Amino acid sequence: MGYKKIGRQSVKFSQKPFITGRGNIVGEKEGQGPLGKCFDTVLEDDMYGEKSWEKAESKMLKGAMTKAVSRAGITFRDVDVMLSGDLLNQLMSSSFTARDMHIPFLGLYGACSTMTESLLIGCMLVDGGFAKHVLAGASSHFCTAERQFRMPVEHGNQRPPSAQWTATAAGAVVVSSEDAAGLCRQVKIRAESATVGKVIDAGIKDANQMGAAMAPAAVDTLLNHLEDTKRGIDYYDLVATGDLGYIGKDIMMDLLSDAGLDKNKVFSHYDDCGTMIFTKEQDVHGGGSGCGCSAAVFTGHLLRQMEKKKIKRLLLMSTGALLSTISPLQGESIPGIAHAVSLEVE
Amino acid sequence: MNKKPDKKDIAKAYGKYAKGFTPRPNYVGNCLKAFFTGGAICMIALWYQNTLQDTGLSEKDAGIFVTVTLVVIAQLLTGLGVFDVIAKFAGAGVIVPITGFANSMVAPALEYKREGPVLGVGANMFKVAGPVLVCGISSATIVGIIYWIIYRF
Repeated sequence: MGYKKIGRQSVKFSQKPFITGRGNIVGEKEGQGPLGKCFDTVLEDDMYGEKSWEKAESKMLKGAMTKAVSRAGITFRDVDVMLSGDLLNQLMSSSFTARDMHIPFLGLYGACSTMTESLLIGCMLVDGGFAKHVLAGASSHFCTAERQFRMPVEHGNQRPPSAQWTATAAGAVVVSSEDAAGLCRQVKIRAESATVGKVIDAGIKDANQMGAAMAPAAVDTLLNHLEDTKRGIDYYDLVATGDLGYIGKDIMMDLLSDAGLDKNKVFSHYDDCGTMIFTKEQDVHGGGSGCGCSAAVFTGHLLRQMEKKKIKRLLLMSTGALLSTISPLQGESIPGIAHAVSLEVE
Repeated sequence: MNKKPDKKDIAKAYGKYAKGFTPRPNYVGNCLKAFFTGGAICMIALWYQNTLQDTGLSEKDAGIFVTVTLVVIAQLLTGLGVFDVIAKFAGAGVIVPITGFANSMVAPALEYKREGPVLGVGANMFKVAGPVLVCGISSATIVGIIYWIIYRF
C-alpha cells in the first residue's frame, strides 16, 4: 500500500471515502436562525424531555447519529467504529450516548474542532481499510457548556461583545468505504484529502476572545493545507472554519491577506460556521461556537448544498480553543487548533 | 543583528491587534442604564421603607423588611428566568444592590439541583457569591485592624 502523506501535515485519501449519511438536531435558538430550515430536527425545548442538560445533549447526539445511520441505509450493527466528542469533562455526552449504542467507540476531544477531528480520523480508518462504516459526530449544548466553563445559566451578568454563544446542536455523518447500501445516489460526496492541525498559541488570555485565540491556528492549518496540496484558496468553492465568529472571521481574513492571499478570493471563498448559524439580531454577540456549531452547519447546510451541487469542493475546518476550566485561572493563554478535511462532489 | 522578538511581546502585539477587531462595549450607555435602574430600585425601596415606618415600624425593622423583600423578589425573578434578562439590560444597576447577591445564590442552586440537595445545591450555592464573601470579609477584617490601630494610637 502506498504512503498517503503529502507535504508536512496532510494526507491524500487513495480510496476517497464516501460520506453516505448525515444527521443533526439543533436547539430552539439555532432553529430560529437563518439556517433553521436546513436542520433535520429543531427542538422546542432545549431540555428535550430529559431530567438534565447533559442527558438532553446525549439524546441529541443519539438522535443525530440515528438519522445519519438511517440515511446511509445501514443499521447500527454495520457500524464498525463510532468516533465522537463534546465539550464536557470526560466526554460525558459522547460516552453516555455510546453506552446505549453497543458499537466500538473512540472518544475524541478537540474542543470545538471535534467535528473535523472525528471526520478526519473516520476517513483515515476507512481509507486505510480498518473499517467499512464509521460514524463520526460531535455535540454541544449551551447550558452544559455554560455551567462548566462560565456561570450558571440564570446568573445575571452582561456578556462582552466578543463573547460567543455555544450552539445547542449535534451533528453526525457516516463515512463509508463504498456506497454500500446500493442507494443509487445522484451525487456522491467523497473525502479527498485532509490536514491535521498544530496547536498554535497566540497568547490571548481572555476566555471571551475565543475567535481571536483560534484564528492563528486556522490560518496556519489553511496555509499548510494549501501548500501541501499545492492549491490556491480558489480551488475550493467554500472554505468554512468552525466557530471563529465575527471577530475571528475578520482577523482570519486579514491574516490571510497578510500572508499573501488575494483579498477578493479570500472574501468570496471563505466563510465561518459561527457567523452562519445565528444572525446578529439574536443577541449572540461574537457569533456561534461549540462543537455542535460546525457539526450542525456542516451536516445541515454545507452537505445539503453539496448534494444540490451548489458547492462542489468544500474545505471544512473546525476550530477549537483548547482551554480547560482551570487554565485561565492559572494565567495560561488559550491554545487554538484547527483540522481541515477536503470534500468533493462526484 | 536583530534580536528575535520575545514571546510575550508577540502575544501583546497580537492581543492589541485582535482588540482592533473587537467592538467596544457602550460604556456610557451601560453606565446610564445601571444608574437609572439602580436608582429606581433604591427609590422604590426607600419609599417602601418610609411607608412601613409610617405604619409604626421602627427604622431598623423597616430596613430589614425592605432588604428581605428585595431578596425575595430577586430570588423569585431568578427562578422564573427573568432576572438574567433584566441584568443583561441593567447590568450593575441590579447586580450591585442586594438583588445581585440573591441572584448569585439562587442561580447556582437551580443549576445544581440535579446533583442532589447536599453535594449539588449545598456545595455549589456559594460558587459565585463565595469568593466575593471571602474577599469582602477578609478586606473588612484588615480595614478593621487598621482602624483599630489608628484609633488606639
